[in-house]
Amino acid sequence: MSSSSSSFQMGQLVADKHVRYVLMSEKKKESFESVVMDHLRMNGAYWGLTTLDLLDKLGSVSVDEVISWLMTCQHESGGFAGNTGHDPHVLYTLSAVQILALFDKLDILDVGKVSSYVAGLQNEDGSFSGDIWGEVDTRFSYIAICCLSILKCLDKINVEKAVDYIVSCKNLDGGFGCTPGAESHAGQIFCCVGALAITGSLHHVDKDLLGWWLCERQVKSGGLNGRPEKLPDVCYSWWVLSSLIMIDRVHWIDKAKLVKFILDCQDLENGGISDRPDDAVDIFHTYFGVAGLSLLEYPGVKAIDPAYALPVDVINRILLTKGTQMVF
Amino acid sequence: MHGRPRKAYKPEEEAASAAKAVKLRSLQNQFMSNHHAKIYTKEAIDLSTKLLEINPEAYTAWNYRKLAVEDALSREESNQDLVKSVLDEELKVVESALRQNFKSYGAWHHRKWVLSKGHSSVGNELRLLDKFQTLDSRNFHAWNYRRFVVELTNRSKEDELKYTEDMISKDFSNYSAWHNRSVLLSSLLAKAEGFMPNEKIPDEYQLVHDAIFTDEDDQSGWFYHLWLLDQTVNVETPLLTSSWPSHGSCINLSGGAGCLNDSSSSKLTTSCSESGSFPLILYFNQAVGGVSSSTVTVDSELRGNEDLVWEPVSNKNSRVSSVWVARLKYMSSEPCFPKEYTVKVRIGNSPGIVSSRGCNFSTPYEFVFTAHVHDTVREDSQEVAVSWTDGFDIWDAQSKDLNFLVNLDQQMGLKWRQEAIEEEIELFRALSDSKIGKLTLARLLMAKAMISENGVKGVHYEEILELYNDLMVLDSSHYHYYKDEHSVALLHKVTSSTESLSRHLFRYRDMNNSVCLRLNNLSLSRIASVEKLLFVQMLDLSHNELHSTEGLEAMQLLSCLNLSHNRIRSFSALDSLRHLKQLRVLDVSHNNIGEHSVDTTRYLCSSPLSNSEWTEDEVGRQMTSLVTKYWDAYFVLRDLNLKQLDIAGNMIAGDEFYTLVPQVVPTLVWLNGHRVRS
Repeated sequence: MSSSSSSFQMGQLVADKHVRYVLMSEKKKESFESVVMDHLRMNGAYWGLTTLDLLDKLGSVSVDEVISWLMTCQHESGGFAGNTGHDPHVLYTLSAVQILALFDKLDILDVGKVSSYVAGLQNEDGSFSGDIWGEVDTRFSYIAICCLSILKCLDKINVEKAVDYIVSCKNLDGGFGCTPGAESHAGQIFCCVGALAITGSLHHVDKDLLGWWLCERQVKSGGLNGRPEKLPDVCYSWWVLSSLIMIDRVHWIDKAKLVKFILDCQDLENGGISDRPDDAVDIFHTYFGVAGLSLLEYPGVKAIDPAYALPVDVINRILLTKGTQMVF
Repeated sequence: MHGRPRKAYKPEEEAASAAKAVKLRSLQNQFMSNHHAKIYTKEAIDLSTKLLEINPEAYTAWNYRKLAVEDALSREESNQDLVKSVLDEELKVVESALRQNFKSYGAWHHRKWVLSKGHSSVGNELRLLDKFQTLDSRNFHAWNYRRFVVELTNRSKEDELKYTEDMISKDFSNYSAWHNRSVLLSSLLAKAEGFMPNEKIPDEYQLVHDAIFTDEDDQSGWFYHLWLLDQTVNVETPLLTSSWPSHGSCINLSGGAGCLNDSSSSKLTTSCSESGSFPLILYFNQAVGGVSSSTVTVDSELRGNEDLVWEPVSNKNSRVSSVWVARLKYMSSEPCFPKEYTVKVRIGNSPGIVSSRGCNFSTPYEFVFTAHVHDTVREDSQEVAVSWTDGFDIWDAQSKDLNFLVNLDQQMGLKWRQEAIEEEIELFRALSDSKIGKLTLARLLMAKAMISENGVKGVHYEEILELYNDLMVLDSSHYHYYKDEHSVALLHKVTSSTESLSRHLFRYRDMNNSVCLRLNNLSLSRIASVEKLLFVQMLDLSHNELHSTEGLEAMQLLSCLNLSHNRIRSFSALDSLRHLKQLRVLDVSHNNIGEHSVDTTRYLCSSPLSNSEWTEDEVGRQMTSLVTKYWDAYFVLRDLNLKQLDIAGNMIAGDEFYTLVPQVVPTLVWLNGHRVRS
């Protein structure tokens, strides 16, 4: 156990170190780890930038630099790729839209074009493909619904059918899988519950049944796993926690123990957060750790919206107003 | 990204990594230029193979390969051998990518895509799956792929069921196998061809016992067991659980805007409704749709009730609910002299009521009640605010007054259900030292109480409550889960007999002897048994631990609600109250409204955030910034026609909020005990 962590009873969030870690990762493009994840840089940018905003340090980056790179990732179809030159996919289209939302720069988009790309990926049965190659997964249902809701174009898809498809992926344990009949998994559950939340359809969720399945993800160490008999992982502090919050069952876990687990996963010297204590850190887990702490109301971290995975002030600004005019 | 130990880079490691990076970067660049130039030569394709070997997550490379395959097939479609070799090559590449990372979405999807081009033998695919499932029996990609292959080849559900049994007997700690088994079995049970619940379910209990008792911490069998319990206790067919008014009851209605003071009467008195109507409430055992004037007929002499409009008591997007309401008009323009009307309600005479799982309400049910319409007496009843402490009389309620539950004399196949539960109870009693042992026993005892035919339920509740108390200590991480279950059991106990319920019932003189239920100071953290409380007009839930009003929406007669001294954190938590059209008095003082940055009921409240339909109004236009800041208070309060509101003792309660409230609630007369309007 490192000497720094023993001096605090509860541990402490080394926010400044994490900010530095995020800013450094953005620059370090030529390590092997970075090159091998080149194709998902758009996701990485979303994780890093949202972490900065949650720690109130979004101002440390150059908005123009990020946005000009971001726009080079847009394809003629309207969708965004994971990085310049790669093929478009909804995964990266959502991250691009989320990044622009953070910067309050959604107006630079040709909203019609992007929304048509996303809406065009809805299938007959209400499901969504990730791209033109046809992989179907409830992750993509969430992505489409989240993205179109932020762009205020939800009416471009058949919402009822989209909801029906998600409900068809509901399992007997109350959870959701990636396709009908697939095993419940916390990541898929977040996607399905989030999509149902955004479309005002949470009445389809058996909150008590799912709530019990979710709260039993908390293991003895205080961390959360993603499904029964698996190891705890900081990223589930987001997937499980936000799902519990959306269905109002978060009081069924021990929040203090989870805070301690997340804090124990920090690299107190170099910054960054890992999946488990003493493992290698990365931007993915740094984001989910900070986002989890936000949901646990840790001081010094801005509130994050559990359905859209963006700060509450960003979502309220977008959804409770209409462009420059208040929606009322 | 997962499971790599944290360690500082040594300079030689860093140099090696940089060299690898340069190589990979060059490979990627070459690949990209081939892809953009649409070059599909053997050399170019081999390059992509190399790239995918190092990095199976490079999704653009999988896309490229599909384009290369399509290109080859379009040129060689007549040459069957060549086509086969092209597709074979793809399968090889996928297999080697999966060896690198058997969780690669791109690789698995590519394989499915190749198969969809019409190739490969099933035998091959199942063999490949066996390899992967031996390596990792929880790999959900493999299980998903298995389902894909099974569908493609029409393998029987029975065969697949046997497969899950094999997996489970090899290692019971295989949640994935239990999950698949539940999917197959529920489909086979629904078809009921040789798979009868009364035989199969008891067998399954036997199968899952090993999984539960071998390692008390292993969760693999827990959820399967819970599902079996649900199959044992819950009937598929929708049934009516309770109604208001109930069968054989007699209700009093006042014929005008004033109220008749009838303190001598021991009968229930409804508070006079300004709308001249009363709610007819149907409470089903599960969510149903299709309740309308065609599927529910109401016969009476009360005029103006042809084509009743039935509404589901649920959020705006839902056309299904376990609670349905219609309003029956009873006012007439004729001079009112006391009149008695008989009302006959028939449910399910014509088909149309269907559960959300597609099951029909099959057995028609009928109930009859009487309505007394009294003389109009003008009385100004709003001179004084409603008090929660003074003006109450004990109500000595009799059985016949509280007989609201529908008689379930046609419960299907009760015997095997009761036997199965008894056996499980016996087994778990013997092994109830572990957390799962105690929790399951508590659930079994609750289940037994629910499917009991007679009222001999009192005995078990103490045991259930004790089990939950034990669990709060034994498994303190989940303390609040057990607390909620404890509250549910407590409310079941309180409402289980006339005797226990009547100890909590009073009548409020100043409001026409309205029935008041007092459930204060009971440490309740959640609401339950509402189907037995539809007759309640005033509800005192003060001094408890409630954080939401979830469940109260069915109590359509509620006019006064006291939630002071609870743990309500936001107005969004009170969303269910928007369904209570008769609510006039609300006390939420001394709660935690405005204290927390995280709102756990944000998406359980209809608002623009959940894309719900709503209409603009003047207040929203005039007080925009306040309305945006207090959006949930705005949406909830504007749907209530409150006369009296108490919100002191909450962080949100301050001058700024107080300027908003009377605007959003134009009917408000009393705020925190002071007049705001005359």
